[in-house]
Amino acid sequence: MENTARVKAEEMVGRIDGRLMKNKAIKGIFLTATVFTSIILIILLYRIISQGAPYLSWDFFQNFASRRPEQAGIKAAVVGTLWMMSVVIPTAAILGVGTAIYLEEYAKKNALTSWIQMNISNLAGVPSVVFGLLGLTIFVRVLGFGNSVLAAGFTMALLVLPVIIVAAQEAIRAVPNELKEASYGLGATKWQTIYRVVLPYAIPGIATGSILAFSRAIGETAPLIVVGIPTFVAFLPSGYLDSFTALPMQIYNWTSRPQVDFHNLAAAGIIILLGVLILMNSVAVWIRNRYQAR
Amino acid sequence: MKTTNKELSPVQQLLEKKYNGGFLNRSEKIIPVVLFIMAAVSVLTTLGIVLTLIFETITFFRDVSIVEFFTSTDWYPFSNTDPSYGIWPLILGTLKITLIASLFAVPIGLAVALYLSEYAGARTRKIMKPILEVLAGVPTIVYGFFALTFVTPLLREIFPSLELFNAISPGIVVGIMIIPTIVSLSEDALSSVPESVRQGALALGSTKWETASKVIFPAALSGILASIVLGVSRAIGETMIVSIAAGSTPSASLDLTTSLQTMTSYIVQVTTGDAGFGTTIYYSIYSVGFTLFVFTLAMNLLAQFISKRFREEY
Repeated sequence: MENTARVKAEEMVGRIDGRLMKNKAIKGIFLTATVFTSIILIILLYRIISQGAPYLSWDFFQNFASRRPEQAGIKAAVVGTLWMMSVVIPTAAILGVGTAIYLEEYAKKNALTSWIQMNISNLAGVPSVVFGLLGLTIFVRVLGFGNSVLAAGFTMALLVLPVIIVAAQEAIRAVPNELKEASYGLGATKWQTIYRVVLPYAIPGIATGSILAFSRAIGETAPLIVVGIPTFVAFLPSGYLDSFTALPMQIYNWTSRPQVDFHNLAAAGIIILLGVLILMNSVAVWIRNRYQAR
Repeated sequence: MKTTNKELSPVQQLLEKKYNGGFLNRSEKIIPVVLFIMAAVSVLTTLGIVLTLIFETITFFRDVSIVEFFTSTDWYPFSNTDPSYGIWPLILGTLKITLIASLFAVPIGLAVALYLSEYAGARTRKIMKPILEVLAGVPTIVYGFFALTFVTPLLREIFPSLELFNAISPGIVVGIMIIPTIVSLSEDALSSVPESVRQGALALGSTKWETASKVIFPAALSGILASIVLGVSRAIGETMIVSIAAGSTPSASLDLTTSLQTMTSYIVQVTTGDAGFGTTIYYSIYSVGFTLFVFTLAMNLLAQFISKRFREEY
């Protein structure tokens, strides 16, 4: 009896080394995976910068698209993206924040509200190319906007709307109840409370989420293709019903050409695109850190 | 809430007189209605998507038999003499890409999530978080460029028989794209397992790996599964990477080394070309879009179901 217990104890002690070794080996594997993921990002950035940087020149910003790579520029795409964002930002921000205020402050807890909520979370999972089909049908054909800034801008606004709604809801929910009650206690009406107490408190959170959503709109390509935005444009739009091209479309066009020169141009375009996105993300992170301390 | 004048103080009566029916009162009533209309836009968007897809798909099925659509294994819409619309090759293309992406992203994503939540110190986490955020924020057009100009040539150097357009390179890059989704959601699930559970297991003499694999991982399983399903859903709907690097040949073969077409890249191919409005090809993109929508919706609902149904409450 005592003997078998001792044998068992010896067995257990003997296994400790093996168990510790296994733990160490697995930790090593996990660390490798983590390092590998970071290396992928480094390779991606390195490749793009080394390919594209020589092509970044003042002419590159000043020239329109061209069949000759040495003369091709990105002017129409940059200006076009700015035009499109001037539709996306107000549309998505107003609709997104309005929806969030309704859901958090006015909506009763009933079946309709939870249905709207479920709707929004499912909308966030719809592939962007399907939003393109919606834009093609409703904005381009039914409403007759054509392949214009307005059609593309509205399509993109609907695409990023769920992200903004969810971010704004979280920001509004984080407003302390005492603040609202104090406002009511001073005789403010519901809308006065929302407008002067809830929104100012929630604005940093809303801004952070919205900036991230807008940076997604700048980089999305598929909906623009489906809506029928052209890739080869040698003019600037002069109105919201004009045709235009955008940064990711120009990059797509250059990428799908077989010549290496055009691939390098695509890399140069990607540097600009990533530069804009990293700048926007830094602003979002800065706002988040600055106001999180409260 | 109606109150009679009797219950109001004189000051209140004056205020009532001044504001009832005035601007303040009216705006208090109008604003909720305006906000409700804004909220209705999201619902209308969903309805718009579903109705658009259904109606245009019905128009498509006036020209093409629904039996052919689901049973034929040929997708030759551009054939002048004998066009054929069997969606199977496109579904197979999507499945090939999704399978490779998952095989690549799930092990790596889970390994990174486990490392960050169970092994890594605060400093490593602080470094890895922005790296994953940048990876998640890289537009898919950039990943497409990366697949075509880096991953494909690299793979062709190792396997010379690989074609320029194939399933493996875009599959791997789609995998890279979904790694951040899997890591961040899985890590949330792993770190939400209470510290006391972790310490209990360690105090009983478990190694970190035994704690992670036998206690923490099972406790976080619902969140981890949901993260994988959401990653798969994103892989199914991914468009630009496959449009750039996978080619545009609908194929019913299981070969991973040759050009293929997915549901998403077919839609891109038609809309970049000049298929006129009202042609059968034009309507076919809606039938493909509808199929794609059903696939991703099913995945998203499955993810919601998993995370609700199997959630462990502490």
